[in-house]
Amino acid sequence: MSRMGFFTDTSICIGCKACEVACKEWNSVPDDGFDLLGMSFDNTGMLSANSWRHVAFIEQSKPVAQPDAHVRWLMSSDVCKHCTHAGCLDVCPTGSLFRTEFGTVVVQEDICNGCGYCVPACPYGVIDRREDDGRVWKCTLCYDRIGDGLEPACAKACPTDSIQFGDLDELRERAQGRVDELVNAGVVDARLYGESPDDGVGGAGAFFLLLDDPEVYGLPPDPVVPTRDLPSMWRHAAAAAGVFLGLGVAAFAGRRSR
Amino acid sequence: MTERRRGGERLMVPKAEFSSYYGKPVLKPPVWEERDIAGYLFTGGIAAGTALLAAGAEITDRPSLRRSMRLSSLAALAVSGAALVHDLGRPERFANMLRVFKPTSPMSVGSWLLSAFALPAGIGVMDEVPVLVPRPLRRVVRRLSRPAAMSAALLGSGVATYTAVLLCDTSAPSWHAAYPELPFVFAGSALSGSAGLALMLAPTNEAGSARALAVFGAVLEVSASQRMEHRLGFVGEPYREHASGRKLKAAKALTVAGVAVTAVLARRSRAGAVLAGAALFGASALTRFGVFEAGVISTKNPAYTVGPQRERLRNGQR
Repeated sequence: MSRMGFFTDTSICIGCKACEVACKEWNSVPDDGFDLLGMSFDNTGMLSANSWRHVAFIEQSKPVAQPDAHVRWLMSSDVCKHCTHAGCLDVCPTGSLFRTEFGTVVVQEDICNGCGYCVPACPYGVIDRREDDGRVWKCTLCYDRIGDGLEPACAKACPTDSIQFGDLDELRERAQGRVDELVNAGVVDARLYGESPDDGVGGAGAFFLLLDDPEVYGLPPDPVVPTRDLPSMWRHAAAAAGVFLGLGVAAFAGRRSR
Repeated sequence: MTERRRGGERLMVPKAEFSSYYGKPVLKPPVWEERDIAGYLFTGGIAAGTALLAAGAEITDRPSLRRSMRLSSLAALAVSGAALVHDLGRPERFANMLRVFKPTSPMSVGSWLLSAFALPAGIGVMDEVPVLVPRPLRRVVRRLSRPAAMSAALLGSGVATYTAVLLCDTSAPSWHAAYPELPFVFAGSALSGSAGLALMLAPTNEAGSARALAVFGAVLEVSASQRMEHRLGFVGEPYREHASGRKLKAAKALTVAGVAVTAVLARRSRAGAVLAGAALFGASALTRFGVFEAGVISTKNPAYTVGPQRERLRNGQR
C-alpha cells in the first residue's frame, strides 16, 4: 500500500470552511463552542479534539496584484500532519496511537486511557484531549473512507480542490509543479511547507503550499519531533541515575558506626 | 528587535522578533493537572530517594532509619500511583499502561519501572511490619530483605531520573531544551528531599549519612539548575521569571537554608534536624512544581516556539 496524504494548496483556498463542516459531519465530531473570536472570519481558533480541520484567515496590509487593493487575505485549512516521525505516536504508552497501512497516524479510541502524553509531544499542537470524554482525538485522514477507496470528507467537500488527497509521492510532484508555476507568475512568496523528507519530522503526510512564513499561519517554522533527541535524553538520565547511586554510596561509606 | 503585527492583533509577547497567528500558541499546553503530575514528580522522587536511604541503612545497620525510610518509600509510591491514575482521562483504563512496552515512550518505561519498583518496596515494608505477612512466609521475607533493599535502590535511581526524560521528551520548549541538565536536577532534588524526610523521622544518632546525603543532593540540584538556567537563554526564561521562576528561586533559598541548618544544628538538636529536614523536603516539592509550571508556560507563548526555531533556520542549523 503506498503512503497516502493531503496536499493543501492555500493559494486557492476561498475560506468557505466546507472542509470543517464535512469533517464534523462525517466523523461525528462534537461542536467546539459557538464563539465569535474576533480573528477575521476565523471562529474556530485552532485545531483541537473537536476541530480536525481549521481554516485560518489572515488579513495583511500589503500591496497585491490588483491596482487598488492594499489588503491581502490569506486563507489556509490546517490539519494533522500525519508525520513520518510522529511525536504523538512515539510517546503513546498504551499503543493506542498507531500507523496505518496508508502511512497515516490514528488513535484507537477503545485503547486510549487519556494519559495526555501525546498532547505536549506534538510539535504542531494538533492532538488534544476531549474534556467530557477523557480521551484524545484528532484527524484520522478518514481511515474508514480511504479504506473503502473514497477520499477523505474534507477533500471531497473542498470546492476549489485546495485540499487534494492522494498518493504522497505524486502529491509532492504536483505541489512542486504548482509552486514553480506560481513563482513564475510573480507570486514569489509561494513555498511548500512540510513536503521535505529531510525536515525535523521526516516529512509530513499532510503538507501545504503557503504564501507567507509558516508562523503567520500559526505553524511552527522548523518543527522537530521531540523523540529525535530521546537516545541522548536516556543517556543523560542514566548518568544522573549513576550519580544518584554514587552519592548514596558516598554518604554511607565509612559510616558503619552510626 | 521589532515585532511584526499580524491580523490587527497586538501581541503581548515582545522581546523576540517573530510573527504569529493572532498571538495564539503554536503548541497545546499539557492537559496534566499540576497537583497530580508535579505532585507525582515530587512523591516519585521521594519514593526513590528514601529507598536509597533504606538500602544504606540496611547495610550500615541503622534499624530506625531503615524502618522509617521503607515505610516512607511505599507511602510515597502509593501517593504517586494514586496521582497518576487520577490524572488519566479514563482512570478505569489505567492497566492499559502495561499493555505494551515502548522504549520510545518515557511514560511506558516509567510505568514498567514503577511497577517493578513496587515489588521490592512492598517486600521492604512487609519485612518491617511482619504482622502483614502470614507466619510461614515471614522467614522468606526476612531472607529477601537485603536483596529487596538493594533492588529498590537500584530501580529507584531510574524512578528518580526518568521523570526528567518524561518532561523533556515533549515539544514544550523549556522542557525539551533542558534535557542535558534536568535529570541531574531531579536526582539532586530526590536525594535532598528524601534526606530531609530522614532528618525529620530518624533519630539524630542514625542520621549521619542522611545529613551527608542532604548536602550532596542539594549541591547537585542547585548546581545543575544554575547551569540549566544559564545555558538555556531565552527558552530558560520561565525558569527565571513568572510564578515558575519565583517557585524555583524559593526552592533554592530553602535548599541553601536547609543545608546551613543541617550543617550547624541537625547533628546536635532534634528540633534543628526537623527544621532542616522540613526545609529540604519543601524545597524539593517547590522545585518540581516550578519546573512543571515553567514547561507549561513555555507552550502558551508562541515566542518560545517560533523564536528559537527561526533562529535555528537563520543559522542554518538543524
